[in-house]
Amino acid sequence: MEPVIEIRNLSFSYPDGKQALAGINLLVQPGEKVALVGANGAGKSTLLYHLNGIFTGSGMIRVNQLELNKNNLPRVRAMVGLVFQNPDDQLFSPTVYEDVAYGPTYQGFDPHIVREKVALALKAVHMEDYTLRNPYHLSSGEKKRIAIATVLSMQPQILAFDEPTAGLDPRARRELIDLLLELQQTMIIATHDMNMVEQLTPRTVLLNHGKIAADGPSLDILRNDRLLMTNGLI
Amino acid sequence: MASPALKSAHPLKTTPKGRWLRELYTPNHSAVHRIDARVKVIFTLAFIVFLNLTPSGAWPAYVLFFTWMFSLSLSSRLGIVFVLKRSLLALPFVLAALPLVFTGPAPLGHISVLNAPPLTYSVVGFYRFASIAIKAWVSVMAAVLLAATTRFPDLLTAFSQLKVPTLFITIIGLMWRYLFVISDEVTRMLRARTSRSATAPRSNRSGGSLFWRARVTGGMAGNLFLRSIERSDRVYAAMLSRGYTGQPAAQKTTRLQKKDLLVLAAGVILLVILWLLGVITGG
Amino acid sequence: MLFSPINPMHIPDGFLSVLLSIVLWVISVVLIGIALRKTGQTIGERQVPLMGVLAAAIFAGQMLNFSVTGGTSGHLLGAAIAAILLGPWPAVLVMTSVVAVQALLFQDGGILALGANLFNMAIIGPFVAYALFTLLMKLFKKQTWGLFIAGFIAAWSSIFIASLACALQLALSGTSPANIAVPAMGAIHALIGIGEGLITIGALAFIFAARKDLLIADANKPARNIGVVVGGLLLSLVLVVLSPLASSHPDGLEWVAEKHGFIEVAREAFYNIVPDYSMPGISNPALATIAAGILGAVIVFGVAYGIARAEKRPSAQDDAQR
Repeated sequence: MEPVIEIRNLSFSYPDGKQALAGINLLVQPGEKVALVGANGAGKSTLLYHLNGIFTGSGMIRVNQLELNKNNLPRVRAMVGLVFQNPDDQLFSPTVYEDVAYGPTYQGFDPHIVREKVALALKAVHMEDYTLRNPYHLSSGEKKRIAIATVLSMQPQILAFDEPTAGLDPRARRELIDLLLELQQTMIIATHDMNMVEQLTPRTVLLNHGKIAADGPSLDILRNDRLLMTNGLI
Repeated sequence: MASPALKSAHPLKTTPKGRWLRELYTPNHSAVHRIDARVKVIFTLAFIVFLNLTPSGAWPAYVLFFTWMFSLSLSSRLGIVFVLKRSLLALPFVLAALPLVFTGPAPLGHISVLNAPPLTYSVVGFYRFASIAIKAWVSVMAAVLLAATTRFPDLLTAFSQLKVPTLFITIIGLMWRYLFVISDEVTRMLRARTSRSATAPRSNRSGGSLFWRARVTGGMAGNLFLRSIERSDRVYAAMLSRGYTGQPAAQKTTRLQKKDLLVLAAGVILLVILWLLGVITGG
Repeated sequence: MLFSPINPMHIPDGFLSVLLSIVLWVISVVLIGIALRKTGQTIGERQVPLMGVLAAAIFAGQMLNFSVTGGTSGHLLGAAIAAILLGPWPAVLVMTSVVAVQALLFQDGGILALGANLFNMAIIGPFVAYALFTLLMKLFKKQTWGLFIAGFIAAWSSIFIASLACALQLALSGTSPANIAVPAMGAIHALIGIGEGLITIGALAFIFAARKDLLIADANKPARNIGVVVGGLLLSLVLVVLSPLASSHPDGLEWVAEKHGFIEVAREAFYNIVPDYSMPGISNPALATIAAGILGAVIVFGVAYGIARAEKRPSAQDDAQR
C-alpha cells in the first residue's frame, strides 16, 4: 500500500537562521494514527505546517502521492486538514454554520452541496444543533469540536492536530479523545498528552531539536524512561 | 559584510507571505547607540527638516547629507546594506511625483528609449523629481538610524521627557507590549484561514466571491478586536493588582549632560551649514 | 520589512513642503490635545488599557487581508472601527498611537510628514466615520441592517475623504499637480474604501453577534459629541467641494505652492545681503557636486578608519546590555 504521507529528508530553517527541522524522514500509511511528541521547540508544529504548505522546506513531501510544490498547495489543503491549537484562531464567523462552511465555500461548491457537507461535518463531531450558535461564546471543548468540524467539512483524508487536548477540562478532554477514536481519517497529532497517546495513537514519533529521535510503537517509547529523559520529555 | 541586524536576538514571526513584524532595534556597541535618546530624536527631526528645506537641485548638499547618514550607518555598525535597503521602502511613493517630469517648465529635453518615439520631458521637472526622491530616501535613512539605534523604552522615556502627554506614553507603551503578541495571533489566524482555503479536486473555480472573502476577513478582524477588548480586561485587572491608580509610575528623569548638548549643538550647526550650502547651490 | 501594505496614504518625508508640514503638525497637535482633554474627562482609568490593547489590535489588524486579484489585496485602516467602538475622541488617540509608531519605528510615513499623516488618518478618518455613522444610525433608527449600511458608508468615507486631503496636500506642496493627484488618489481610494467598508461590515457582524453591548453603548450619547459630528461633516463637505475645484484649476494651487516656497525668497535675500558672494567653483554645479562627492568619500573613509582603530581597543564604556 502506498503511504499517504511521505517525507524525505525534510529540512527547514527560519529566516533568522535557526534550524527547526533537519533531515526528517517519515512514512505514514493510510488510516494510521501517529503521535508527534517532543519538548517545546522540538519542531512538532513546524513539521505539521509543512504538511499543508504553510512552511516550505528543502526535501520532498508527498501527500496522497502528490508531491508538494508551490502550485498544488490549494489542492493539498483539501487533503490535509490542519486543526490549530487555539480554536479562537480558527473561528471567525458570526455563526457556527458559516465557520464550518468556509472551507467548501472557498472550494467553490454550490450552496446546497455546502449545506450537505456542513451537516455531515457537524454530525461527525456530534454538534448538529449548533448551526446558528455564535462560536465566540462556546465552551473550550465545544470550540475545539467546531474547529475540527471546520476542517472535516472539506473531507480531507488526513487530519493533523496541534495539541488538541491543551487547555481542556477533564470532561472535555475525555469527549475529545472519544471523538478522535471515532474518526477514521489518517491522523498525525502533535501533543504533550501522553495519556492520550497511549489510548489513541499506536505509533509515536519522538522529535528532538528538529530530528527524529525515535519512531515506533507508542507503548515501547512511552515506557522507555531513558529515551524520554534524553529527549527532554521528563 | 553580513548585516548584524539579521542576527538580532529578537523573536521573528512569519506570516504566510513571509512578511515580518519585528522591531528594528539592533543592540550594538557603538557611539551612536550611546547618545542620549532625546538628542537623537531632536537631531533626527532637525536633520529631516533642514534636508527638506534644501531647495531642489542642490546636488552638492544632497551628497553631503547622504554622506552623513552613510557614515552614521557605518559607525553604528548597522551595516550599510541594511540601512540603504530599508530606506528604499519609501521610494514607491515617488510615483506620485513622477508627473513633475512631464509637466515642468521649459527647457525641454527629449529622450528616446529603444525605438520608441522620443519622449518629451522637462529638465527642471526632472531635477525636482530627482530631488524629491533623494530627499525622501535620505530622510528615511535618518528615521531608520533612529529606530535601529535606540531601545524602544528609551525612546518612550525621551518622548515623555520632551513633554509628550503621559496618557500617550501609557497607551503607546501598552500598545508596544501587546503588539507582538497580537500580531502573532493575526499570523496564526491567517495561517488557519490559508489551511482551509483549498480547491476542490476536479474544479478550477475557487475562492468564493470577493464580497464574501472581504466579509470573512472582517469577521477575523472582529474576532481579533473582541479578543483584544477582553484581553484588555485582564490587563486592567493585572494592572490594578499591581497598584495602578491611573497615574503611571514616576519616571526617573536624568538631566541632559553637557556632552549631549554639545553633540546636539554641533549637529545642528553642521545642519545649518549644509542647508546654506544647499541654498547657494540649489534652485 | 514593512508589514503594512503599500498604503498610499502614509506620506513619506520629502513630498510635502516644510511649511505645509509644520502647519499640519500644529493643527494635529491642537486637535489631539483636545482629544486628550475630552478623553480624560469621559473615560475612566479602565479605558486606558482598552485603548492601548485596541491600538495594538488595529496595528496588527492591518495585516489582515483578502485577495482581490492576482497579487493585490485589500486591507483595513481601522479608523472607522475605532470610532464606532470607542467614540470619536478615544479613536483619535488610538489612531494617533498607531500612525505615530508606524512612522517612528517602522518608517511607514515620514516624521516631518507625520503631522499631515496624523491629520489624514487619525483625525479626518475617525471624525468623518463617526459623523456619518451617527447620522445614518439616527436615520435608520433601530434597524439591524442600518448598522451595516451605516458602518460601510462610514468606513468607505473615512478612507475616501482622507485621501482627498492627502491629494490636496501633495498638490499644495507642488509635488503632484492637482489635476492628476486628486483624481488618482480619489479613484484608488474609492476602491480601497470598498475593501475597508466590507471588512468593517464583517467586523461589525461578528461583534454584533458576540457582544452586541459593545456597539450599542456609544450610540446613546451622540449629543455629547455634536461638535465632532458637525466637524466631520464640514471636513467632508469642504474636501469634497475643494477637490474637483482644485483638480480643474491646478494653476491656482501651483501659485500657492510657489508663493510659500519661501526658499526662493530666502535665496534672493541672501544674495542681496552679500551681492558679490561667490565661492570658487560653486558657480559651476558639476564641479561643486564632484567636490562634495570627494569630500564625502574622504569623510566616509575617515569614519571607517576610525571604527577600525576603535575596534582594536576594547572600550570600558561599552553600552551595557540590559
